[in-house]
Amino acid sequence: MQTQAMVEDFFQALTAGILDGSIYGLMCVGLGLIFGVMRVINFAQGEFLMLGMYFTLYIATGLALTALLGPYAGPFAGVALAGLALYAGGYLLHRYLVSRVTGTRAVGAEGEGHYAQLILTLGVALILQNGGLIVFGSTPQSLRTPLSASAWEIGLPFGDSAAVLVNKARAVAFLVSIATTAGLFWFIHRSHLGKALRAAADNPEAAIYMGIDVDRAHRIAFGIGTGVTAVAGGLVATYYPFQPYVGLEFVIIMYAGVVLGGMGSILGAFWGGMTIGLVQQLSALVLPFQLQNVAIFAVFLLVVLVRPQGLYGRSVDRT
Amino acid sequence: MSGLGARGRITIPLAAIGIFAVAYALASAYVTDQYYQLMLTLVLIWAVMGSSWNLLSGYAGLISFGHAAFFGLGAYTVTLLLTQFDVSPWFGIPAGALVGAVAAMVIGYPTFRLRGHYFALAMLAYPLALLYVFEWLGYQEIALPMKRVDPARYMQFSDNHVYTMLALSLLVAALLISLAVERSRFGMSLLAIKQNEPAAEAAGIDTLRWKMRALVLSGAVAALAGGLYAVVLLVITPQTVFGMLTSAQALVVTLVGGVGTMWGPVIGAAILVPLSETLQARLGNVVPGIQGVVYGVAIILVILLAPEGVFWRIRDRLAARKRPGAREPAPAPMRPIGEVAVSAHAAADRAPILEVSDLSRSFGGLQAVEGVSFAVRRGAILGIIGPNGAGKTTLFNLLNGFLPPDRGRVVCEGRDLIGLKPNQICRLGVGRTFQVVRSFSRMSVLQNVVVGALAAARSDSEAVEMARVALARVGLTDRASATAGTLSNQGLRLMELARAVAARPKLLLLDETLAGLGRQEVEEMIATIRSLAADGTTIVIIEHTMHAMVRLAEELLVLDHGRRLTVGSPAEVTRDPVVIEAYLGRKWVTAGVAG
Repeated sequence: MQTQAMVEDFFQALTAGILDGSIYGLMCVGLGLIFGVMRVINFAQGEFLMLGMYFTLYIATGLALTALLGPYAGPFAGVALAGLALYAGGYLLHRYLVSRVTGTRAVGAEGEGHYAQLILTLGVALILQNGGLIVFGSTPQSLRTPLSASAWEIGLPFGDSAAVLVNKARAVAFLVSIATTAGLFWFIHRSHLGKALRAAADNPEAAIYMGIDVDRAHRIAFGIGTGVTAVAGGLVATYYPFQPYVGLEFVIIMYAGVVLGGMGSILGAFWGGMTIGLVQQLSALVLPFQLQNVAIFAVFLLVVLVRPQGLYGRSVDRT
Repeated sequence: MSGLGARGRITIPLAAIGIFAVAYALASAYVTDQYYQLMLTLVLIWAVMGSSWNLLSGYAGLISFGHAAFFGLGAYTVTLLLTQFDVSPWFGIPAGALVGAVAAMVIGYPTFRLRGHYFALAMLAYPLALLYVFEWLGYQEIALPMKRVDPARYMQFSDNHVYTMLALSLLVAALLISLAVERSRFGMSLLAIKQNEPAAEAAGIDTLRWKMRALVLSGAVAALAGGLYAVVLLVITPQTVFGMLTSAQALVVTLVGGVGTMWGPVIGAAILVPLSETLQARLGNVVPGIQGVVYGVAIILVILLAPEGVFWRIRDRLAARKRPGAREPAPAPMRPIGEVAVSAHAAADRAPILEVSDLSRSFGGLQAVEGVSFAVRRGAILGIIGPNGAGKTTLFNLLNGFLPPDRGRVVCEGRDLIGLKPNQICRLGVGRTFQVVRSFSRMSVLQNVVVGALAAARSDSEAVEMARVALARVGLTDRASATAGTLSNQGLRLMELARAVAARPKLLLLDETLAGLGRQEVEEMIATIRSLAADGTTIVIIEHTMHAMVRLAEELLVLDHGRRLTVGSPAEVTRDPVVIEAYLGRKWVTAGVAG
């Protein structure tokens, strides 16, 4: 029965990879929006995720949503509100800080303002991380729901009792991630505002001539990117304990996913995140636990070197 | 601005380094408190680390988030050599530098294929992968063992001043390296790469080789810093040496202090390291995390107030106070460019210098250049005309190596150019300009041209000399010290021409050099191009202005939809009904210019 155990392990890892991957995918979509539209490397993205976790926790418990809506709907209502709150936060952050070193202001600056953008977002990350430590304390928190500790057992069509366990909290997070990504995809590709965002990303100068307020488009993209990442954070919080430095654990995954997927594409970013989740879980079958993340980097480097435009991106190089 | 062709003698920065070292040594001699002594040492170590980052990311503009990889390898080399093999850090630190340099080479070859953000992000992956590998290897936390017998042999001293002195000598070494880079063709090439990599490559700079040298040097210096860090702190963990904060610290001290100047990392470290350490010591227990917040606020404020770092801000202030005295070194005497003797010129007159056969290139489904063949005779001026999208610029990109052709041959003086890199083709004597001027906008006009001269010059001073001659040729001598970004379109076109001419090419590819010029300016440019041709330089020029082209070119090649429509003398071509149909239009005939 050695083989059956192995096959079972494989399917368990595959399931875990798809579930984790969908959340990573959502995080990457948030970052990809910012990275793709503005070409800004935002180091604070991990901290937005962390804020999403804490906001969800405090909104769900503080606003008595859990008491009002019950232990199932309460936390997820909290997730949605945290997303909205951080949309506003991201919008304002861009309006008052990030815009000073990006967009039209950065033209002509040394390295097109990249240096300043890096430092600025690094500063924001430091403030949020350590400010989080002051405000939230260093004790790991978690947002337990009745779903967190229960699982479905899904039988596999072979073997005697072969089955895969699916944690319910993760399953719900999976569904919410897919729905959010789909919604965002629709928004970017179908709505008027979404088209403006894409135009501002493609060619800011031409977009200005077409009457698009590029700075506003950037603010909105930054806000949405922040909000979506916060939603991903809130979802992670329902099954994963967190503390103020948790962002560091995820920020690399986000960047790896976005680059893997190819910049500037919502679906690409999502699949990039999904790839990371799968690599992480499946590599655990053959590699020691500590080397899971090394596998991610190996795949990341490999893809970047073989296909710099990303797995799912198109080449736009032109001499 | 710094670099070759900048004013200012080397003695001044050398003296500054000397004064700084003596002052720092004296100051540290007065510090008796162990804790502050450690801080003085750490300032120096992070300044070295910043210098290392600056060598690659500051001068060449390739932002690295992964310098912790080299720092950590240096630290672990020292530690493991000591704990496993009882090798003293006196050998361990240089050995670490070697490991750092080798790691840089291994990392560089694949990673330099990436550009911009992709390069920066890929660099992020290396230290983090190493972090997990070292944790997996079981080196979570290693302490350097105390040596009771002969501690000095193991770089262990009871007097902490010694560590400060060691770090100080390391920093002086790093500063001298930076200075040597800044003042040589090394720094010049990196600066050019930073501002416009394709232009640097086309101007004969082997961009990959210089980037690799910068990374290797940078990796070695970072490993030195890491090695000394291990010796000073005595305990290392993968998190402290490979962690993201280590990479971040390297770039933060440099960015805050000033990018692309050797003093930047020193200023940044001197401000930020004591700030964060003091905050940690004073407030760390009361409000955990407050030091991070204050640190974050501090770097945001600096970046908003001085986006390019403290150094440049102060320099700009001082420069604004001091009225610029418009003192310009006397222009070098004019000297002909080509050394072609007139008699030899006449003899070899009709031999082709460039032969192109069946050259083809497609982009996806679009056949940009298809089966184009032509030859250019030595000393001739060949004009290439054709409507937009005819494949003219693609043809140039194929000729100078920016693009590999799908098939076909390009032979210049008997040498096959296919497969050579643009810088190699440039070194063989093929210069080019661009349709949209590619300047190094933050360098002076002279420095822009020096970049072009480096390929052919034996020494750096010869390059400056050749650049001055080239500037005189195009009549830009009086703007030599102006910043390229301040030039008019004509000035930029002339500067780019001078840059292409500086290395004395045998063949010049000019891509719409007359575009956007006024009538008078066109006349001047035509005269300049003619004088270049008269000196024996063969010229291939793409141009839309038919009137100018008819007067300039001896022969015209007409392209349409990537194919050769015809080739011949201007008189023949302009009467060719096919050409009139495809390109010139009926108006041309009725205007009767060709007659």
